[in-house]
Amino acid sequence: MANPPPRHHILSVLVENKAGVLARVSSLFARRGFNIYSLAVAPTDDERFSRITIVVDVESSPLEQVTKQLFKLINVVKISELDPAHAVEREMMILTVKAEPGTRGQVIELVDVFQGRIVDVGHDELTIELAGPPSKLDDFEDLMRAYGIGALQRTGRVALPKLERTATRLRSIGKVG
Amino acid sequence: MKLNGGQALIKSLEMEGVEVVFGLPGGAILPVYDPIIDSPIRHILVRHEQGAGHMAEGYAHATGRPGVAMVTSGPGATNIVTPLADAMMDSIPIVVITGQVPSAAIGTDAFQECDIVGVTRSITKHNELVTSAQDIPRIIQEAFHIATTGRPGPVLVDIPKDLVDPNNPNSAMEWEWPDSIDLPGYKPTTKGHPRMIREAANLIAESRRPVIYAGGGILKARAAQALRELAELTGISVVTTLMARGAFPDSHPLCLGMPGMHGNYTAITSMQQSDLLIALGSRFDDRVTGKVGAFAPGAKIIHVDVDPAELGKVRRPDVPIVGDCKAVIDELIKAVRELGPQPDRAEWDTQLKQWQAQFPLHYEQGWGEGDALKPQFCIEQLRDGSPEDTIVVSGVGQHQMWSSQFWRFNHPYTWINSGGLGTMGFAVPAAIGAKVGMPGRTVWAIDGDGCFQMTAQELVTASAERIPVKVAILNNAYLGMVRQWQELFYEERYSEVYLSPDLPDYKMWAEAMGCVGMRVEHPDEVAPAIEKANSIDDRPVVIDFRVDWTEKVYPMVAAGTSNDAVILGPEMGEGGH
Repeated sequence: MANPPPRHHILSVLVENKAGVLARVSSLFARRGFNIYSLAVAPTDDERFSRITIVVDVESSPLEQVTKQLFKLINVVKISELDPAHAVEREMMILTVKAEPGTRGQVIELVDVFQGRIVDVGHDELTIELAGPPSKLDDFEDLMRAYGIGALQRTGRVALPKLERTATRLRSIGKVG
Repeated sequence: MKLNGGQALIKSLEMEGVEVVFGLPGGAILPVYDPIIDSPIRHILVRHEQGAGHMAEGYAHATGRPGVAMVTSGPGATNIVTPLADAMMDSIPIVVITGQVPSAAIGTDAFQECDIVGVTRSITKHNELVTSAQDIPRIIQEAFHIATTGRPGPVLVDIPKDLVDPNNPNSAMEWEWPDSIDLPGYKPTTKGHPRMIREAANLIAESRRPVIYAGGGILKARAAQALRELAELTGISVVTTLMARGAFPDSHPLCLGMPGMHGNYTAITSMQQSDLLIALGSRFDDRVTGKVGAFAPGAKIIHVDVDPAELGKVRRPDVPIVGDCKAVIDELIKAVRELGPQPDRAEWDTQLKQWQAQFPLHYEQGWGEGDALKPQFCIEQLRDGSPEDTIVVSGVGQHQMWSSQFWRFNHPYTWINSGGLGTMGFAVPAAIGAKVGMPGRTVWAIDGDGCFQMTAQELVTASAERIPVKVAILNNAYLGMVRQWQELFYEERYSEVYLSPDLPDYKMWAEAMGCVGMRVEHPDEVAPAIEKANSIDDRPVVIDFRVDWTEKVYPMVAAGTSNDAVILGPEMGEGGH
């Protein structure tokens, strides 16, 4: 039987844009025994703040403890936990794939289907860039494995909550039941 | 006004109302020590940086004001790591300033360089490496704000030498004291949620076997009076944890004393059998709960703490309230009053009194020829022979537990010890810090012989600075608590716990450090020695009490077992009650 899919939680952490803040955040996860699955950090539109998007694989109750501990850090301004079902997630990947003359056409076709881009071409290899939801990147990676992946680099996820288009109140009542 | 960074640092400390700094200079902090000469701030020169940290803690414990320590980079900074961890565990507001190598040398493995901000990240409430002299006033102001508000704790400020050295252009700054603090990520909640407070009052009104579980947060919030009002209004009895001894008077009829691993039977058992625990500024520490799954199984929980992360960390509360203990208790009193009279709890109160009568703390001091001096007897004599508001400071181990058990704490801030980290060697320097903060009070350090050897050199500081603390060494020639565990749980295989009663000679050592030294071996010498010690007020005093090395701390709940299995004394063996 296959393993159940890991329980991923996405934490979107707004922090002060100061030296050492990433170390504070990541060491707190390490100390509590959490494995960070992916982590992306960059400044926000307000230069005083950065946003760290952390994907962790945990059960929900210890996550509560780690978010509370995280919030105790003076430089952490806000933490939102994003429910993958109600968030827009994007990730980017670049990978080098074997593409000898006999298979090159097939690889290029798949890149087109996935709306990726070929960013570098060698004698028998292609470097491909692909962005999108993490599951799409997983699918593409699976397909490319058949041709032979030379190197692969993913950025880790960034995410924002989905915009509310329906009445929030109705939805939250629905959840209570 | 143009200042250099060093002057700005000292001026910032003055602006924060600092009256005393405990410290020891060295290369990287050297420029800061020059303006100290011209400052009204008193500097106390310690003999080891760990002493500076614990003195700052003792000062903060006794006065409620933040303690300040200042040390140099590298080894100076690493030597103060233990006090920082200690202050973090016990929520003690201290500000530690460390020198750092010049900015340009950072990261080059320079002489006496250590990444102390990295080292202390998880044992400070906050720490900061200053990168510009201009930032010094703001960072110092923030450090004091963070250390003293919300859940108090230690803050470390690391300052590179070039920013404070007047000969370096990097130290130039324009003095400006910020008139407000802007920390977007730090807004502690102090006021409890009104709905939660009403729910708490309802739970109290429904409960038949409630216990107030008062922790160190009561003292941090200056809430001892509010706690007393709540207890008297509701008639609910109070256990005071190791960190809360004195938060509720031991002489009060509603006081049950200390719970936990070495708590008394009634305090432990009342919690076990209660139907409602009102946890006020306590954190369900393992030394209190024993085996968590078996702790107070029938109790609902009201948990009040200023730190949201404590709520649900160990035990999920039925009513969680984030807020300052004093503010919340004040509101809770109002809510309880609105609900009218409390239910009849006579049956429970009778039960508590019955346990107290049946299972008191006990020991026996023999007076015959060859009867050994009991440590508990020494503590009781010390208690009875000293002023009622004496501040008692202890190290960690058997003497700490006996002190907590046998002293009668009737005033807040009269008991200072290292509860969370369990730092041996805490007593002597912390007592010095307490005496500096409260010079009019008698300060007794009750120490073990093992603990005393770890930080005794600070008595040199006390002598030199005319800080007349008193030290009672309960000298049993062993690392007594470890010995107790080896006796009970390691088949009496005593591994590396023997220290010898007279190596060193504590009396001579005390005298060499400028103190009055005394030795007491027989029960009838105890009271006169204490009387003499209490009459000396111009120098520190050390009494070496040669106590029974076989004496153990009881009651005891063995680590990891249920609080239902209280071992009352040696006659009960390991089986429990």
